[in-house]
Amino acid sequence: MMINNFFILLRQELLISAIIFILLFIKLGKDRSNESILHVINLLLCLNFAAGFIPMLEGELFNSMFATSKLVVLEKNILNLTIWIISMQSYAWLKTHQHVIEFYILLLTSLLGMFFLISSGNLLMFYLGLEMSTIPLAAAANFDLTKRQSSEAAFKLIISSAFSSSLLLLGISFIYGSTSTLIFSEIPMHLIYSPLQIFAFILLVSGFAFKISAVPFHLWTADVYEGAPVAVTAFLSVVSKAAVLFTFTALLYKVFTPMASIWYAILILLSLATILIGNLFALRQDNLKRFLAFSSIAQLGFILIGISGSSQQGFSSLVYFIIIYVFSNLAAFGVISLVSAVTGKENMNDFKGFYKNNPILSWVLTIALFSLAGVPPTAGFFGKLFLLMAGAANGNYWIIAFAALNMVISFYYYLKVVKAIFMDENEAPMQTIAIPTYPKVAMLICVAGIILTSFVTFIYDYIQSLSISL
Amino acid sequence: MSNYAYVLWIPLLPLLTFVVLGIFGRKYFKTSAGIIGTASLLAAAILSFNTAYHYFLVDGKVNGVFQKIIALQYTWLSFSPGVSVDMGIVIDPISVMMLMVVTSVSLMVHLFSLGYMKGEERFATYYAFLSLFTFSMLGLILSVNIFQVYIFWELVGASSFLLIGYYFSKPSAVAAAKKAFIVTRFADLGFLMGILILGFYGGTLDIGLLIQKLTSNTSPEFINITSASFLGASMLTWGLTLVFMGGAGKSAMFPLHIWLPDAMEGPTPVSALIHAATMVVAGVYLVARLFPIFSMDPTSLTIVTYVGAFSAFLAAVIACTQTDIKRVLAYSTMSQIGYMMFALGISKQGGEEGLGYMASMFHLFTHAFFKSLLFLGAGAVIHMVHSNEMKDMGGLRKLMPITHLSFLIACLAIAGIPPFAGFFSKEEILMAAFHSNKIIYGVALFTAAMTSFYMFRLYFSIFWSKEAAHHDHHHGEGTWSMKLPLVILSICAVGVGMIPFSSFVTSDGVALETHTDLMFSLAPVSLTIIAISLAAYLYKTQNQKPDQLATAWGGIYKAAYKKFYIDEVYLFITKKIIFPFIGQPIAWVDKNIVDGFVQSSATVTAKISSSIKGLQSGKIQSYTLYFFGGIIALSLLFIYIWK
Repeated sequence: MMINNFFILLRQELLISAIIFILLFIKLGKDRSNESILHVINLLLCLNFAAGFIPMLEGELFNSMFATSKLVVLEKNILNLTIWIISMQSYAWLKTHQHVIEFYILLLTSLLGMFFLISSGNLLMFYLGLEMSTIPLAAAANFDLTKRQSSEAAFKLIISSAFSSSLLLLGISFIYGSTSTLIFSEIPMHLIYSPLQIFAFILLVSGFAFKISAVPFHLWTADVYEGAPVAVTAFLSVVSKAAVLFTFTALLYKVFTPMASIWYAILILLSLATILIGNLFALRQDNLKRFLAFSSIAQLGFILIGISGSSQQGFSSLVYFIIIYVFSNLAAFGVISLVSAVTGKENMNDFKGFYKNNPILSWVLTIALFSLAGVPPTAGFFGKLFLLMAGAANGNYWIIAFAALNMVISFYYYLKVVKAIFMDENEAPMQTIAIPTYPKVAMLICVAGIILTSFVTFIYDYIQSLSISL
Repeated sequence: MSNYAYVLWIPLLPLLTFVVLGIFGRKYFKTSAGIIGTASLLAAAILSFNTAYHYFLVDGKVNGVFQKIIALQYTWLSFSPGVSVDMGIVIDPISVMMLMVVTSVSLMVHLFSLGYMKGEERFATYYAFLSLFTFSMLGLILSVNIFQVYIFWELVGASSFLLIGYYFSKPSAVAAAKKAFIVTRFADLGFLMGILILGFYGGTLDIGLLIQKLTSNTSPEFINITSASFLGASMLTWGLTLVFMGGAGKSAMFPLHIWLPDAMEGPTPVSALIHAATMVVAGVYLVARLFPIFSMDPTSLTIVTYVGAFSAFLAAVIACTQTDIKRVLAYSTMSQIGYMMFALGISKQGGEEGLGYMASMFHLFTHAFFKSLLFLGAGAVIHMVHSNEMKDMGGLRKLMPITHLSFLIACLAIAGIPPFAGFFSKEEILMAAFHSNKIIYGVALFTAAMTSFYMFRLYFSIFWSKEAAHHDHHHGEGTWSMKLPLVILSICAVGVGMIPFSSFVTSDGVALETHTDLMFSLAPVSLTIIAISLAAYLYKTQNQKPDQLATAWGGIYKAAYKKFYIDEVYLFITKKIIFPFIGQPIAWVDKNIVDGFVQSSATVTAKISSSIKGLQSGKIQSYTLYFFGGIIALSLLFIYIWK
């Protein structure tokens, strides 16, 4: 019975582990060409994603250290899809890389950590999952082996995350000290608003805020995003953020419910600062990767507003927005990573007149940016709208007005890129870039996602029905 | 009742055309794109007229009241029980009227463009954009849900952005497209907030339900929205005013009108479509659509009235001094829309009191025809002389007889000379104003006189004045496809005023008895004739009088010529206030405090350990410091200050 449950409830984690082992065996065997390895990996990831749709049971394992539900399965499926898309997009870059398998082992280990993080029912499991997801990424950030910036990014990532997780650990120990339990379901009964608990909570929040790069804990983001290979940047900005946000929100709603008034205020403060600073910095960026980094900081501010609604609608709008954010952000990263892999160009000026020779890439990037900006009728608009509506549930209209105003500011910088692509003159526009099959498929999925998520009612309804159980 | 399902094809046809031309146009339909676009629109127009015939004359009326029919409805996204975004089609007097206006003007523009845009490299793209625009506009007018309105509203904005920026190699066109987009986006922000407010309090986004809930004095929704207040005004006022802000942006009402004159950089037929008959009246349509709610809130109606009247007056003054013929038309459009707006503003819901509403819709209807005629005529003139400036024209009446005649008809119509179309609708507006607000009536009367002055100034400068210069005559007056729309629209400009409009479109669906009072018409018509004579005296032959007049009026003339420096004020506010007082301090903090801190910590690090300086670039310490600062600030705030 126990064994059966073990295999059934841990299915997604076991699948990822299996892929990691398969990769290890491939590595041990005879040398194969990168291309054939990539075919195998992409196939495995695709199967892994498809397997996520096989219905799962709900339940708990290991003395409620590990819990899974339909919502959790959906969240893991989103991450599975994301890593598959990222893998296909990095095809052009990885084709010539020396250490393909190691790269995937690192990413997948990190993903495994995130799965445990999302499923955690205990602060200890939670901490282990978080660490397991972070450390491999620092190594992966170093994977542009010839670029000095890349190792700098890795170094910064490891040092600042060590710093943040030590504080997080401090917070966890304070919580344990004052409530004498680590189990999520038991903590709420012992929360009494004492200064120590508030302090511990703030330490926890700052640990999260660091991972999702909310202002003022965001400073590592731009440097790391710029230095790391685009695939890792995409992973950091999408997968890692999504996983942490899911956990964070569940923790706030389920565990820290007695402290709702405090975390509501903290979220609002952080979201205002995040939107404002993210926008102001995104305005000045010329490097497109840096630009996306800052704009994703601003996006995060909107997410925080949605979460602050603290209701079923808050959670479903978060999941819905993450799906849209995955597609939109990855579509943008996909184009930029392809261009950067082929030509090494990442600056706004290089993209002037880009439309002339690369109409398809231009359209993909444009749709992605429109969706990120939230121009109707792209999915991004609905995502943001739901977030704001959820946030408005508390009746704080100033914040909604502020956020809406900032949406307009963000239009400016997103459209600036679109303008560079379509309207600016360039004497030597970029040459035509051939799109290999894998990135093409990835782009197709992303664009289809952006369009379909907004037009298919079913998705939001489904998420909403799952969030009720929360 | 819902045997109107076929109405769905009216917006769908242009959408299909857009998809086909957008994808295959450049390869397969390089030259036939125009014919395809025109044919599909012709079909849409025929369907619209069929709808209008059935609705107005056969089965729309039940017990003497025109019914509101929901032909189709499909729930698209549901936020929460009761609040959902629906896509659907509503058939009522104003939507059917707008269907006719949009499809017929769009058809004329499609036809005219066959000749006007011939030989353009991106001919197929142009038609694809035109179809997209027409689709969006039709979707907008048929909306059942206020959110559907918003979605199509944005689509209209985006497609007009594409059309205005069509000559994208021209920097001024790109700048104009951008300006139009940004200004209207800013206004749309208000619109969205207004929608959210109305939706939140009304508990629904469906227009019909919203009207039902917010117009009864006793419903809980109405009591909630009127009792909640913010900065001294009720939420109803806020919601409606914000919605009106969106409408004012699209309809180029003061102070959000600055994009309209610049938008004239687009191809002229586009101006005829967007800036005469369709997009710019979207704001008026929006207010009319929600009019029952507006009529519950006198404050927001007062805002509508004064914004409208002031815009009408201001634009007329500016139009008197412009020398670019398209800009004159642009300002004249703004002025006429101001008319429609204040007519709505002074109206009340239902019965005799609803005269303003009916007059506004009537003017919208007639204006669409004569204004698009004016734009197309201007297009023909520009096509001939290759210039927008009045000074390059003159004496064209012999070279372009058809254009001349149709332009004259349109000028007479807009001036309000009986029996041309504009006379009837303007008369109703003046009548409504006279009965409700004498100040507005005075402004309207004066503006009407100015309108005829600047329109005839335009007419005489183009077709009379000096002898025709030696032009490049090889295209003559243009192809038949350019002349035919002029002729058709001229007939409309004469004829549509005779339609007994008040028995079809009124605020409550019940026919309204109107009568033309000869004595009442005396004042406006005689003023108009005086203004026309003045224009003839000044501009019919080339002379020094206009210049002398301009010198004599010195300051005022210059202020009006410079459009009262409104653009400059905006520039001043953004460049001199927002940039230095908000942008620069932030830049300063960034440069001196953030960077300075980083710099100094870098030097400290350098002294301690120069070997790892390059690796860490001295920043990571400051990052952790900020991190730590964040925690301390939050802790202080939440443990000690905020309890």
